[in-house]
Amino acid sequence: MKPTLSHRHSPAQYVSYVVGFILSIVTTVLAYYLVVNEVWPKEMLIYVVMGIAVVQLVVQLVFFLHLGRGSRWKLLTFWFALLVVLVVVVGSLWIMHNLDYNMMNMSPDQMEQYMVENEGI
Amino acid sequence: MSRAEEEVANQEKKTLGFWIYLMTDCVLFAALFATFAVLRGNTAGGPSGLEIFDLPFVLVETMLLLTSSFTIGMALLGSVRGYHKQTIFWLIATFALGVAFLSMELYEFNMLVAEGNSWQQSGFLSAYFTLVGAHGLHIAVGLLWMAVLLIRLVHFKFRKTDINRLALLGLFWHFLDVVWIFIFTIVYLVGGMA
Repeated sequence: MKPTLSHRHSPAQYVSYVVGFILSIVTTVLAYYLVVNEVWPKEMLIYVVMGIAVVQLVVQLVFFLHLGRGSRWKLLTFWFALLVVLVVVVGSLWIMHNLDYNMMNMSPDQMEQYMVENEGI
Repeated sequence: MSRAEEEVANQEKKTLGFWIYLMTDCVLFAALFATFAVLRGNTAGGPSGLEIFDLPFVLVETMLLLTSSFTIGMALLGSVRGYHKQTIFWLIATFALGVAFLSMELYEFNMLVAEGNSWQQSGFLSAYFTLVGAHGLHIAVGLLWMAVLLIRLVHFKFRKTDINRLALLGLFWHFLDVVWIFIFTIVYLVGGMA
């Protein structure tokens, strides 16, 4: 639906900002509390904290950035950007960890020797 | 199309253009986040995040930025409703919070460099300074934009173009808030885990 002028003046927007603000404060403090008090072992805590960050991303997108309102292209470009972001981040981590794995247990000296011998660097 | 409708459609186009810029900025930050995530463990004998991050300090920074995101929303709502005093009040509050955030960040950088943990120390610290510094630079530019806009709003008595610009500044500011949430989580919380 195309937003009309009256649409923009709806009092519901104040509520949207207040709710978004409260939710983002709560999620931030929750993540901080969990980490500082080491509620769970580290491996699990990383996933929990990342999950909370994603929740907060959604909160900010909905309540502050009003994603989904306005032009349809806004949503489309957002999904595309998200795709690129995921490819860049997940791809980098995947490739670099794979490299790391293949070169495991090598000291810098050994690695240099390996590169000189096998890669011609 | 009437004149008012035309204006709304025009502003809609500008908002979309600015939104697409923000999405490209997302990709820039994704590259920096990926770099940081890859280099996180490469401390080269220097300190890890656990040793140098002051979490309570960073929590205060985060709260300042979250609050500023809320206050700029209030300024935005005030401006479209024609409440001039309210807009100016909330905008000055946002500006003050932004300056406080940036000062804290610069203080933190200064402390790290003074302790010998500058970007030259290790891959981890290079990536850290680049990522957090890039966000700080965005905040600085946003503050400059906000200052100019404040002067224009007061001087030209809330011209329609300036009110439209405020809406774009609001988008920019919320976007920086979102980026910071991920810096807070990935760099500080995960980096500061024992």
